[in-house]
Amino acid sequence: MAEAATIAQTRAAPARRHAGETAVAWLLAAPATLAYVAMILVPSLALVVLAFTDYELGAPGFRWVGLGNFTELMADRGFLRSVANTALYVLFVAPVSVALGLAIALLIEGGRRGRALFRALFFLPVVSLTVAMATAWSYILHPTIGPLNALLRAVGIDGANWLGDSGTVLLSLGLIGIWENAGFNLVLFLAGLTAIPRDLYAAAEMDGVKSAWDRFVTVTWPMLGPTTLFVVIITTVRAIRVFDTVATLTQGGPNKASEVILFTMYTEGFSFFRMGYSAAITLLFLVAVTVLMLVQNRLIDRRVHYG
Amino acid sequence: MTDDRPLLADLPRLVVLTLLAAIFVAPFVWMLAVSMKPPDEVFRASLALLPQRFHGLENYGRVFAEVPVGRYLANGVIVCAGILVFQIAFAVPAAFALAKLDFRGRNVLFGFVMLGLMVPAHVPAIPIYIALAKAGLLNSYAALIAPFTISVFAIFLFRQFFRSMPDEMIQAARLDGLSDLSIVWRIVLPNAWPAATAFAIFSVVAHWNDLFWPLIVISQGDLATPALGVLYFKNQEAGADFGALMASAVVMTAPLVAAFLFAQRRFIEGITMTGLKG
Repeated sequence: MAEAATIAQTRAAPARRHAGETAVAWLLAAPATLAYVAMILVPSLALVVLAFTDYELGAPGFRWVGLGNFTELMADRGFLRSVANTALYVLFVAPVSVALGLAIALLIEGGRRGRALFRALFFLPVVSLTVAMATAWSYILHPTIGPLNALLRAVGIDGANWLGDSGTVLLSLGLIGIWENAGFNLVLFLAGLTAIPRDLYAAAEMDGVKSAWDRFVTVTWPMLGPTTLFVVIITTVRAIRVFDTVATLTQGGPNKASEVILFTMYTEGFSFFRMGYSAAITLLFLVAVTVLMLVQNRLIDRRVHYG
Repeated sequence: MTDDRPLLADLPRLVVLTLLAAIFVAPFVWMLAVSMKPPDEVFRASLALLPQRFHGLENYGRVFAEVPVGRYLANGVIVCAGILVFQIAFAVPAAFALAKLDFRGRNVLFGFVMLGLMVPAHVPAIPIYIALAKAGLLNSYAALIAPFTISVFAIFLFRQFFRSMPDEMIQAARLDGLSDLSIVWRIVLPNAWPAATAFAIFSVVAHWNDLFWPLIVISQGDLATPALGVLYFKNQEAGADFGALMASAVVMTAPLVAAFLFAQRRFIEGITMTGLKG
């Protein structure tokens, strides 16, 4: 009897609950929804509006300037320099840190000894306080007392003023960026490598694939294709957001040689308080990141099918 | 591929890895070494790692005397804990609703979550800053915590996790007379521990290391987070006293690095699993 009642109850429940469930669900989602509206939705829409005004913090009012900020940006040599620098930085950091991550992953995966230890050592820069590590790098790259130039002197090479010379500053920041990102990519590649079925290597060996290089070309690389594309996009999105090292070490200098998008956005908005102008830069940054993310989502969808 | 090869055959691989690892760890090693050297040895630019005259007490002493180190570390803990508590408290019930309840507007809500994943934190920054400035809330813990109380990534992650939980568990709890809210906190969250740990690590690492937002909303010393604290000290000293500067860098980096070395597998899992969305 009791059992029958329970069954009847559960069967009747869904239909009856539907209206009630909607209320409960929205109640559960309410705090997140309110915070989302207040901290993401409204401010992001406000940013888009701001980008078409000349709003400055502290100014009595603001005017609509239409595309004025964007036309000004296109003629702003500092901004164009910043975009070019960011592009160069990304084009250097993303490919090299991906290639380095893959190379180290293959080395670690090539044997059993020291796996956890090496993985941890290469991952260390990912969890470390960037500002603190940037100051450590500023010592290593110091033109007169830094160990890098001391080492170069010892073998008879004249070192450079790595962070102080407009010719080398972007390269130096890029090297720090690679150092920061390679460990992250390495771990993603390790996951990708572990997912490759072992029998594929056995099959390749039966087909006469002998050397490690041939094994890489015939099995590993094709199987790793989706992972690689995915890692490239992630690293690109991470690299395009470079800010901490620039803010700590160079402030965009010397002569704007290390000015990058987020740092330009920061100085325009929060040093000069030109909010409208800074919002326009942010909007362009968002467009760039969104394009990358859309490509990434495409790739993730495809990755699911590879399974 | 992963057979136990004899050490000799494995040696080239280990040598290459060791050399690469030495380069990667070099900044940490030098940071630690210089933090124990006296100024004259630092300026001699020798390649010797060990100090001839141990000057660590003076360097670290100077940091602790001139920089409110404890205060900065405490600020880091307060901010990270505050952010994490809100993120979990907001995201878990919402994620449960999205995963297990059938309600009107669910697809729209989930659509907004997916949309939110595409928006970097830099985008709402200017309007939030203006609002905080107008409200007189700059230079406060609220300014440091509020913008990050909502993590769409947390909602996304927990939703994925909750979807794999058996419906029977929830049905049984309902039959026992539990309300949906108590089901969330007493049944669902305890079972979501792996996802929660991974997310917690990701969140704490991200916000302990963040410079962008604290730099914007904090302009006075006593509310500085560890990242800001190192920057203040560096700018004050203009990089003149590398020994003390490196000592401050060591002190501010140590807590997370220690935690990482202690639980490295969990850290790597947490950061790469969740870091996919940055």
